[in-house]
Amino acid sequence: MKVHLKIWRQKDAASKGRLVDYDLDQVDTHMSFLEMIDTLNEKLVLKGEVPVEFDHDCREGICGMCAMTINGEVNGPVAGLTVCQLHMREFKDNSTIYIEPFRANAFPLKRDLKVDRSAFDRIIQAGGYISASTGQPTEANTILISHDQAESAFDSAACIGCGACVATCKNSSAALFTSAKISHLAKVPQGREEAQKRVLKMVAQMDAEGFGHCSNTEACEARCPQGISVLNIAQMNWEYNKALVLR
Amino acid sequence: MSVLLMESTLLRKNLMALTGLFLCFFLVIHLLGNLQLLLPATRASESFNSYSALLSGNIFIKVVSYILYFSLIAHAVDALVITIKNKKTAGKYAYDKRGSASKWYSRNMGILGSLLLIFLVIHFKDFWYVYKFQSVPVDSNGNKDLYAVVIYAFASWWYVLLYVLSMFALGYHLLHGFKSAVRTLGVYHPKYAAFVNSFGIIYSYAITFGFAIIPIYVHLTHFGL
Repeated sequence: MKVHLKIWRQKDAASKGRLVDYDLDQVDTHMSFLEMIDTLNEKLVLKGEVPVEFDHDCREGICGMCAMTINGEVNGPVAGLTVCQLHMREFKDNSTIYIEPFRANAFPLKRDLKVDRSAFDRIIQAGGYISASTGQPTEANTILISHDQAESAFDSAACIGCGACVATCKNSSAALFTSAKISHLAKVPQGREEAQKRVLKMVAQMDAEGFGHCSNTEACEARCPQGISVLNIAQMNWEYNKALVLR
Repeated sequence: MSVLLMESTLLRKNLMALTGLFLCFFLVIHLLGNLQLLLPATRASESFNSYSALLSGNIFIKVVSYILYFSLIAHAVDALVITIKNKKTAGKYAYDKRGSASKWYSRNMGILGSLLLIFLVIHFKDFWYVYKFQSVPVDSNGNKDLYAVVIYAFASWWYVLLYVLSMFALGYHLLHGFKSAVRTLGVYHPKYAAFVNSFGIIYSYAITFGFAIIPIYVHLTHFGL
């Protein structure tokens, strides 16, 4: 198949970017979207041009590195996928495809399709952990937890921190990411000990990074590759309000 | 200190939610009072006018009305502050089709809210201001005849249309607002969240059609087609 690409090219955060046209022929429908860009890049290198830079790592849909906006939709036309899991068969022959980086004030652009998502790391550093003494692992059954509760915590922990929630949000809010990390630990006994301190610190860091308000549009859940529920956001609000009153 | 300054995004949303839910509660009371307008004309007049007199003379209602004015203003001002911040934080795309991921009314609460604010200015001017600050003739019981003011307001079809359209703006605002407010306050249990979703939809429909039917009914019964 043949595709007409309009890719956002920008040298660095300071320069001005623009959409650049590329035509790509003989694209295999079984290719992943990233492999399609790899093919383009090989051609660009042979022509002596600078390849399109983009983030990627595992290409198995679990690392959360690949991230771009395709035809105006975060991670492309199929909801709930990372870009590496998107295949060219989802596109029509001879179609035009717009490719842009994730856009958010808190995700400054590095180059082309690459953005700096380290704001997420700093939110985790602010409180997304438990304080426990290291040493011999304790017997697993000393802290009891029901299977349902463990599964619920795991559903929240499934967040891969890709930033699709921020990129698809009209306010660039990081509520889904932050809340998933908060409720994942709030749902297990080991995390309850520091729950109040954690939620206050992580929310403060989220605000300091310059993310917007959550408007509960639920676009984040709709586009999340891991299907993280917006009820995590409600739990974050609950934990936050509780911490404000009790702490 | 940061709590007082409302620096946190979550605190600001709490204010939106609490004022919004108070306004939701007020709408129920307002609608129940207004439903008296659907009674036969003579009974409606007597009942509606004495009800209005009862409300305006009651100290408890006076206190509640100040909470109401505060809620309206705080809701609007907070919305403005939140929107300005969101405009700054939001990423701007050259080609944007993200709308497919959410409902349009959930993304455009500001536009719906602004329409409602314009409606409220007209609504306050034509009823609240007239009742409180202008001379209104009294009915046979000696109460101010607000019923007559209401009936004559809906004499023109375009005024009826303005009200009906505004109620639809209100309906969409509530459809997202009620659920969103409860979420913001932290109801996260799946069982209760599902109940709130269903309740919010029923509530929004009831308020919208309840209010919208009154101007239509008044216009048709008193001024025909």
